[in-house]
Amino acid sequence: MIIHALWFGLLGVMLAVYAVLDGYDLGAGAAHLWLARSDAERRIVLNSIGPVWNGNEVWLLAAGGMMVVSFPRLYAAAFSGFYLALVLVLWLLILRGVSIEFRSKIAHELWRALWDAGFCIGSLLLALLLGVALGNVLRGLPIGPQGVFQGTFAIMLNPYALLTGVLSVAVLAWHGMNFLRGKTEGVLHERALRWSSRLWWAALLLALGTTAATFTLRAGIGFNFARAPWALALPALSLFGFAWSQTGSGDAGDRRAFAGSTVAIIGLLGSAAATVYPALLPSTLSPAYSLTIDNAASSPHAMITAFIANLVGMVVVAGYSLYLHRLFRGKTRLGRHAY
Amino acid sequence: MNSNMVIADRLQFAFTVMFHYLFPIVTMGLGFFIAWLSTAHLITGDEGYARAAHFWGKVFAINFAVGVVTGIPLEFQFGTNWSQFSSFAGGIFGQTLPLEGTYAFFLESGFLGLFLFGEGRVPKVIHWLGGIGVAFGSLLSGYFITAANAWMQHPVGYARDAQGNIHLTSFWQVMFNPYVGWQYAHVINGALLTGAFLLAALGAFYLLQGEHQEFARRSLALGVLAGLVLALLQLFPTGDGVGRNVVKYQPAKLAAMEGQFRTEPGAPLAIIGMPDTQQGALLDPLYVPDALSFLAYGRFGARVTGLNDIAPDLRPPVEVTYYAYHIMAGLGTIFIALMLLGALLWWRRRLFTSRWYLWIMMLAFPFPFIANEAGWVVAEVGRQPWIAYGLLRTSGGISPTVAAGETIFTLLGFMGIYLLLALLWLLLVGRVVMQGPEEGSAA
Ligand code: HDD
Ligand code: HEM
Ligand code: HEM
Repeated sequence: MIIHALWFGLLGVMLAVYAVLDGYDLGAGAAHLWLARSDAERRIVLNSIGPVWNGNEVWLLAAGGMMVVSFPRLYAAAFSGFYLALVLVLWLLILRGVSIEFRSKIAHELWRALWDAGFCIGSLLLALLLGVALGNVLRGLPIGPQGVFQGTFAIMLNPYALLTGVLSVAVLAWHGMNFLRGKTEGVLHERALRWSSRLWWAALLLALGTTAATFTLRAGIGFNFARAPWALALPALSLFGFAWSQTGSGDAGDRRAFAGSTVAIIGLLGSAAATVYPALLPSTLSPAYSLTIDNAASSPHAMITAFIANLVGMVVVAGYSLYLHRLFRGKTRLGRHAY
Repeated sequence: MNSNMVIADRLQFAFTVMFHYLFPIVTMGLGFFIAWLSTAHLITGDEGYARAAHFWGKVFAINFAVGVVTGIPLEFQFGTNWSQFSSFAGGIFGQTLPLEGTYAFFLESGFLGLFLFGEGRVPKVIHWLGGIGVAFGSLLSGYFITAANAWMQHPVGYARDAQGNIHLTSFWQVMFNPYVGWQYAHVINGALLTGAFLLAALGAFYLLQGEHQEFARRSLALGVLAGLVLALLQLFPTGDGVGRNVVKYQPAKLAAMEGQFRTEPGAPLAIIGMPDTQQGALLDPLYVPDALSFLAYGRFGARVTGLNDIAPDLRPPVEVTYYAYHIMAGLGTIFIALMLLGALLWWRRRLFTSRWYLWIMMLAFPFPFIANEAGWVVAEVGRQPWIAYGLLRTSGGISPTVAAGETIFTLLGFMGIYLLLALLWLLLVGRVVMQGPEEGSAA
């Protein structure tokens, strides 16, 4: 049914926007211990994401809520199946959120060192786990009848998923550096520039390696691309993003780099979505057990109303999110109300 | 094994949601007063209001951070621990859930950034709008989540098919459930009342300390005067309104709340007493004759169904519901008395000098939190054994693949983490209070 495909698309867009937005603050957090050394430098990093990080995270929450109403069986199966992994994600989200908000409230060296570490570990592990989760969706999981997960926590830490996890860390850290290039000046900017080009290499090589691994692991993966060749535009888009990010210099170069990593992320996630469609969670036991956009969906009426209600809301959100991002654009300075 | 799983899941949900709720009440309550103070500043140009708004903004930000990180686990839990409920009712119950994100959380988090960081960067009016946006967003998020809860209390807008699955028939019925109106009003009013108590408590504290007198007097006066109105509204019409909905839709909850065991016309209202489920009677009661019948149905002779006439497996846990209800309503009455007293002192121009009253108000601020939590216990425990009233039992809503041990393990983890969060909250808010409103920003 068309509404099922539309919901697949909407959820895909939500997750892609999430990856782009929260991606840069996760990446900045993961790398900030190495990038920013002094207290003032770390505060620059924190204040660059300060006014927006929470709003960025809401994209994930909203996507989760939308999953409840559109594909309740997917939400139920995935969330209860990956119970311990998800609780770990929750604890990391708590650690990270509190680290960002509380770090600068007390001017004491140890206090700040503690939360700096929390911010870094939280961001790093979240980027890793999100990548691992995506890898498992691509690879498929032992899903039995009625969408019941029949594996263990350890099964999710397979080599392929770990590879996608590392890819996710590299791409997001690169993206975060590109974001910080636009936000910083002087030495910090120099360092961000250097990290950005190192991470570009890492991200590109890992992306290519992961693609090769995906092809060897899942024989039928070319099927969707053969049936709908236009979908090849997605991986191409990603390569274009990688290339585009390297053009230009100075301020324009910083902007291009960020735009390039944004496009690369969208291309990568789009390619992933195109390979699994119409499955949402492929089963490695039998294709009949896979959760798909048809067997996991709620009733059409529920899906249509929720689609309209959420789409209208998201258009408004996109509007003022753009306004807020523009408001806080430009180099970060430490003001009176700083973190 | 199944019953252990149900208990573990219920404990985990109860603990995490009760902890979370401590923070949104402050967000919603303070958000409203911050918007009030910034508006007063915009209109009068009095810098005192701006300082006060800024001061409460700092408390708000700390509180908001904890509210956000404790809210996310709840959203996940519908899937992790209540997967059968989610897959059964997701298409209907889930209608309001993402709307909280799309319409409220974005607004709240985005505009909080504007409010906290935008000062000086944006025109005054836009900055003011940021404050209004935060308050509005938090009140709105209260609506969507209350509407979700109202659906569990009184499921509407669905039809059942031959396989027993349910399907959405009306989005608007779910959004504007007949249960949600009074419930939302009562919940929000309870949060605003808590905000008023916080203002009053801090004002009293500074007055007793002899510090920040100007700020303290304004805080206390605003807290007491707004508090009087809000405390009255909490009882009537909102408390009465939610009560009537309980009468109409959940007779078993009403009987448990009131400790009413016998079905009788002209049922009395128990002011105190101890429910005894073995004997099926209320021990040592103090009754107001016929009053329950009157409050519930508007007639002194009306018949009220008692617990003894409700099948045992359809009765909610009586003691918890009963005591929680009496704690809430008892505190509500005390709040009215306290605020009336304050208003009287204010009128006689003795509010700022009556040290005994200042002591009481300084120490009173935890009690609205207790009343709010007790109210939710009434609503949620009194709803048992149903997760969606009359449709699905709580035991049928859990995740079949998550073992009780796993849930207990993660519950212990949450308890440890939340203990730390609570300590951090106290430490940081304590510092803001010690610094006082005159200080610049505490970077
Ligand atoms: C400051 C907090 C506070 C105070 C003083 C009161 N309440 Fe309350 N009450 C709440 C805060 C609250 C709440 C937390 O907001 C609840 C939980 C669920 C809900 O709908 O509101 C609630 C629930 C709740 C319920 C159950 C609703 C349901 O099951 O759906 C009833 C019948 C009342 N209240 C009635 C009263 C009465 C008659 C009061 C007398 C003064 C009163 N409340 C004071
Ligand atoms: C923030 C205020 C709330 C508090 C303090 C609260 C409290 C509780 C408590 C004490 C329980 C355990 C009851 C029992 O099992 O005996 C419970 C259960 C539950 N509540 Fe709430 N609740 C709140 C709001 C909500 C809302 C807004 C929703 C829905 C959107 C909700 C959904 C649930 C669910 C799914 C359960 C588990 C199933 C059940 O026990 O019925 N709660 N809650
Ligand atoms: C089962 C019940 C609940 C769930 C699933 C839930 C979920 C959430 C989530 C995910 C957040 C974080 C939002 C962000 O990242 O910005 C949050 C915060 C918030 N919630 Fe809850 N919540 C529940 C109960 C309640 C209740 C009963 C209310 C009020 C009536 C409420 C009001 C708020 C508010 C105002 C916030 C903003 C942050 C804060 O105030 O601390 N929540 N909630």
